[in-house]
Amino acid sequence: MADSIFRKLRDGGEEGELAPALTIEETVASPFALDVSCYLLANLSSSILAGKSKSEGLVLVTFSRSPSFYLQFLKQKGIVVSSSSKWIRVLDCYTDPLGWIDQPSTGVTEGPSLVKLNKCVSDLKRLFSSVIDAGREMVGDGKTRFSVAIDSVNELLRHSSMPLVSGLLTDLRSHAQVSSLFWSLNTDLHQEKVTNALEYISTMKANLEPFCPSPDGKRNALENLFLAHQDFGKGRFHVRFKLRKGRVRVMSEEYHVDQTGINLSPISSAESVIAATKSLIPKVHFNLQLSEKERVEKEKVILPFEHQDHGKSTEIYDGRRTLADGKTEATPLSSGELQADVVSSGKGGEIIYFRDSDDEHPDSDEDPDDDLDI
Amino acid sequence: MDRSVNLLDLALGFDEPSPLRGKVVLIEDCVETSGSFVLHQMMKRVLSPHSSDALIFLAFARPFSHYDRVLRKLGCNLSTQKTNNRLVFVDMLMMKCSDGDDNVSGVAKLFREIQGTVRKLGNVTNRNITVMVDDMSLLEIAATNSNSDHVLDFLHYCHTLTCESNCSLVTLNHEDIYSSMERPAYLLQMVCLADIVIKAEPLASGLANDVHGQLTVVNKGMISSKSGKGSSRNKLQNFQFRIKENGIEYFYPGCSRS
Repeated sequence: MADSIFRKLRDGGEEGELAPALTIEETVASPFALDVSCYLLANLSSSILAGKSKSEGLVLVTFSRSPSFYLQFLKQKGIVVSSSSKWIRVLDCYTDPLGWIDQPSTGVTEGPSLVKLNKCVSDLKRLFSSVIDAGREMVGDGKTRFSVAIDSVNELLRHSSMPLVSGLLTDLRSHAQVSSLFWSLNTDLHQEKVTNALEYISTMKANLEPFCPSPDGKRNALENLFLAHQDFGKGRFHVRFKLRKGRVRVMSEEYHVDQTGINLSPISSAESVIAATKSLIPKVHFNLQLSEKERVEKEKVILPFEHQDHGKSTEIYDGRRTLADGKTEATPLSSGELQADVVSSGKGGEIIYFRDSDDEHPDSDEDPDDDLDI
Repeated sequence: MDRSVNLLDLALGFDEPSPLRGKVVLIEDCVETSGSFVLHQMMKRVLSPHSSDALIFLAFARPFSHYDRVLRKLGCNLSTQKTNNRLVFVDMLMMKCSDGDDNVSGVAKLFREIQGTVRKLGNVTNRNITVMVDDMSLLEIAATNSNSDHVLDFLHYCHTLTCESNCSLVTLNHEDIYSSMERPAYLLQMVCLADIVIKAEPLASGLANDVHGQLTVVNKGMISSKSGKGSSRNKLQNFQFRIKENGIEYFYPGCSRS
């Protein structure tokens, strides 16, 4: 299923349409969006190098980790990036996002280089230009496309308002040379409207959920982190695809995170649901469920009185109709008491069943316990 | 006194060499259970005579004499460490961050000083440097003249030091002072930034003579550049502690020796 996301990012969008965009949502209790981003980064890079991707370059914008972290990670995956690599550019918004560090150069460094430093992340127009310029350095000004990966928008949202960030991402999606883009977000750090706004501008949403999700509230999210116990590092990975015609497709997998990254496996669906249900039944020394044979036998039992299904219509005296004279006598019943009048009509024994509930008028306000003699 | 590896050390990964190198540690405590003892224990670890590691300590809460007294009881002489250039004690008690020249905030200046100190101390080979802040809530108070968001910016820049210089960052913060405030996300931001979160809280059953509280250690870690080395990622451990005169005793529930 994670492959489905990767394929959509790799293949990009159709001409004339906005680029497909993915939001990766994590929480405090399931903080593994970085692992998902790294997974997608490695796969996209491999496909670009192999010439199997619609995009011929990748612009990586780093906010939460240094560029060297990602380059080291790619090297570990067998993808060596050198200063002469023409398929990747890194925009470093991590090292000095606010210009606190005195550097000889101010603003974005000029000239083609693998890593460009950005010292003013709050200027989103400049950031947009930097991304496009970095992409064009790789693929030129023509119709060739490149992908954009933003490791986290949490820092962006701290320094700029939601509409501006939304505008930046939409502008990137709208650019003719951007093939696809993805970003990650920690939903516990922002208001729900921010999460919703980002979901609106993305065509795919992937969210990581621990096995015991917090119902609501940021304080619960923090407590949830400490309640995870041995399940920390495991959970569910849900992906929501927005299809062109408006349909939405949701898929889920289980994830498990270790030193090498995130590992996804299918949820062992129906069997595990049934197994889970069965496991809810308390373990006792007697059977609480019926076996197949017992169920069949139960169905064969003929129930007395009104539930006898002989094929003829069952007539039930409902207490409201006037009975035939001399045959039976309807008497008031005390609650909980069955009355069977045996009428001798010469035909043999007969049981006529009067329902207790029929003595009550509909919508009676009487308390049924009034006639108790306590 | 040299001590064997205890439960806290194991939870932090001290069965491997330099487990905190390049990591951010957040200690959370509350009114009922102070987490300062964790800070003191880590100070003693960093300044152990068996290593050449260095410590930069930003003290917003108490003066040097307090820490000197506490660490002496634990067998560590802070004055000597200062003399040996293994400890840089930055007394921030009187710090007032105000917007300085060139529109640079006070915390930005503070960061540049720390960065300079880290680079100077890092000249010694194989030396791990730890930056400790006691505590973040007081840093926020000191920084309110400029912009309290700058505290998060300060943390971000300190995080870049952990990448650039492989130093460790250890901060202490009080969880309960944010619970009713409008910005619980401030605490969550710090939790998200941290690789290891140590939470000190009282026992659910209340006060006890022989058990003074419990610690929960969440070791998030991240994708390791060392192939498969170590197994400390995504570990969550919970154990109890008892503060003694000259040290701390850690044990699993029900295993207290007293």
